[in-house]
Amino acid sequence: MQIASMHFKERAHANLVNVQLQGNLQKIKGKFVAKRRESLSELDDFEATREAGRAIRQRALDHLDVWLEIFERNAIARGATVLWAETPADVNAHVLDIARRHGVKKIIKSKSMVSEESALDRAIEAAGLVVIETDLGEYILQINDYEPPSHIIGPALHKSKEEVADLFAKTHATARKTEIGELCLEARGVLRQHYLSADMGISGGNFFVAETGSVVLVTNEGNATLATTLPRVHVAISGIEKIVPTLEDVATLMRLLPRSATGQSISNYVDVLTGVKGRDEFHGAEHMYFVVVDAGRSTVLGGELREALRCIRCGACMNHCPVYQSVGGHSYGWVYPGPIGSILTPSYVGIANALDLPQASTLCNQCGVVCPVKIPLPDLLRKLRERQFEQHLRPWTERAGLRLWSWLAARPRLYTLAMGFAVRLLRAMGGRERLLHTLPFGAGWTEGRDMPAPEGRLFRDLYRARSKR
Amino acid sequence: MRVGLFVTCLVDLMRPSIGLAAVRLLEAGGAEVYVPPTQTCCGQPGYNAGDRAGARALAAKVLAEFEGCEHIVAPSGSCSGMIKTHYADLFADQPPLRERAAALAARTHELTDFLANVLKLDAVPGALAATVTYHDSCSGLREMGVKSQPRALLARVPGLKLTEMAECETCCGFGGTFAIKFGEISARLADNKCQHIAESGADAVVLGDLGCMLNIEGRLRRRGDMKTRVLHIAEVLAGAGEAS
Repeated sequence: MQIASMHFKERAHANLVNVQLQGNLQKIKGKFVAKRRESLSELDDFEATREAGRAIRQRALDHLDVWLEIFERNAIARGATVLWAETPADVNAHVLDIARRHGVKKIIKSKSMVSEESALDRAIEAAGLVVIETDLGEYILQINDYEPPSHIIGPALHKSKEEVADLFAKTHATARKTEIGELCLEARGVLRQHYLSADMGISGGNFFVAETGSVVLVTNEGNATLATTLPRVHVAISGIEKIVPTLEDVATLMRLLPRSATGQSISNYVDVLTGVKGRDEFHGAEHMYFVVVDAGRSTVLGGELREALRCIRCGACMNHCPVYQSVGGHSYGWVYPGPIGSILTPSYVGIANALDLPQASTLCNQCGVVCPVKIPLPDLLRKLRERQFEQHLRPWTERAGLRLWSWLAARPRLYTLAMGFAVRLLRAMGGRERLLHTLPFGAGWTEGRDMPAPEGRLFRDLYRARSKR
Repeated sequence: MRVGLFVTCLVDLMRPSIGLAAVRLLEAGGAEVYVPPTQTCCGQPGYNAGDRAGARALAAKVLAEFEGCEHIVAPSGSCSGMIKTHYADLFADQPPLRERAAALAARTHELTDFLANVLKLDAVPGALAATVTYHDSCSGLREMGVKSQPRALLARVPGLKLTEMAECETCCGFGGTFAIKFGEISARLADNKCQHIAESGADAVVLGDLGCMLNIEGRLRRRGDMKTRVLHIAEVLAGAGEAS
């Protein structure tokens, strides 16, 4: 996907003043939060389950090389082919190569965020093949000239029903529908033809299971089941970090994933796809490929942000993030928005291409407390900030300001003198209203707020006077 | 019981009356209050901006100033959270300092938690004839576990009626330097908070962190609401609420 993460602030501004988008965001805000809370109450002990989820994911990462080799061995034993993609470009090259080998003309896809990293659909079309997205959200975005996704589990969440209705009427040349049910039926009618005529299906992978060489797909629309079993060829694409040692581990993680994501006890469909279709089997692809993607992950694994790789892509961090809720997913400018995106994007596309993202958080830790695998998101954002500070990737004014503050705060007598003067001055500037409408060096604050004036005396002075009484 | 009061730099500079209120409350609970005169800042601005060295220098200063105290209390979830949950990380690669930081962290409390759970304050000096709503500040709630303590204490204030607002646990948008770096987003979050305060019908919003106070009050006034009061819980409990 085209990288726009360096323009966070500008994009956030555009989205904050976009009345239609704000209305759409307002409508969905809180829905995920409420449903998640309700479904988690079904668990006897959420915190214990969460700790188990963390441990499973961490165990996989601690010996990732070993689990990947076990996965490869078991997948091959079931007749699948395992391909390794070091870069996003390798993902596209593998997929096109597979398509050529099997004489593929039409490809259907169920949702894969990893394939967004390499803009796979565009590469397929550039090679002269047809590709159809079958996840309803992804389909909506595809027919809107590949609009980028704004959320990892609800890629078109930013769109209203009316916008989708307009888009369908225009694209399908049909009468404009107004009911959601009608719109879904229309999409289904269009997509059914493609399932039956496609030669190859591409899916993502919520988990790769090492002990069985399987891919697990967690979906609600049934499209992934069709896309992976009807065509002759199935290609599952996911990151190296999505390995889970055993099916038992998957069962534990499945207690957390749908509940944290959509607030469902379990998703409508859970596919566990293992190997190619056997001789007596009715369902399944004849040829099965796994494209296992690095694209920056092994570098993260070796660094201090490694805990981010525990992510199971539930989206709870963005659903609970007040910044995400206000500016929407497109502001973040790449595949993964919200708190986890603000860690993954700088890691995968380069810290210099995403300078605002680690800073664009109040560190309120709402994300950290809802994460089902206990990723300490604020701590990781802070580590990125440290890296930016060390590499001089922040404005010199900010650096100078921080250094001046630390220097002054380490010198109490000078601090008292300087601050005593400053608070008297600001108190006077506040006037009778006791409000400052502008601040030196604080335009960011006063654009949208006043600053209450200080009382005019330092605590230390008042306390000393009180003690003398 | 010798209690060190970490006043916090914001209270020192912007609202010293909150610090005096905290002293009165601690004394009312029977504590012997000690206020190290050289204290300034806990180092959080540097820590959150990536300046580890700057933060470390100030954290070492706090350690030296407060180590002699049986307890250390701050009228802020944010600053007490910095000391309690982040100092040890700050000195992760300096074992002697890390141990000292961990020892101090174990004795560090947010003011209302200390009043409710350690001093077990039964009666509070303050009185306030008003309907108030409580904003849970992020660090207090999610780092220090402050949720029931302020509400239990407010219930003991004669005349005061508490009404909860929607999304009381959602960030007000302050976030330290975030409020200046991303002023527009920050002001939007503050505006959401103001909306919820207004919808609660309360006369005042009470909270435990001065950063959030300045943010919320600043946005309320800019919205043209000159009436809704923004009060620190220490002022309400100590009885300075009416005067502010």
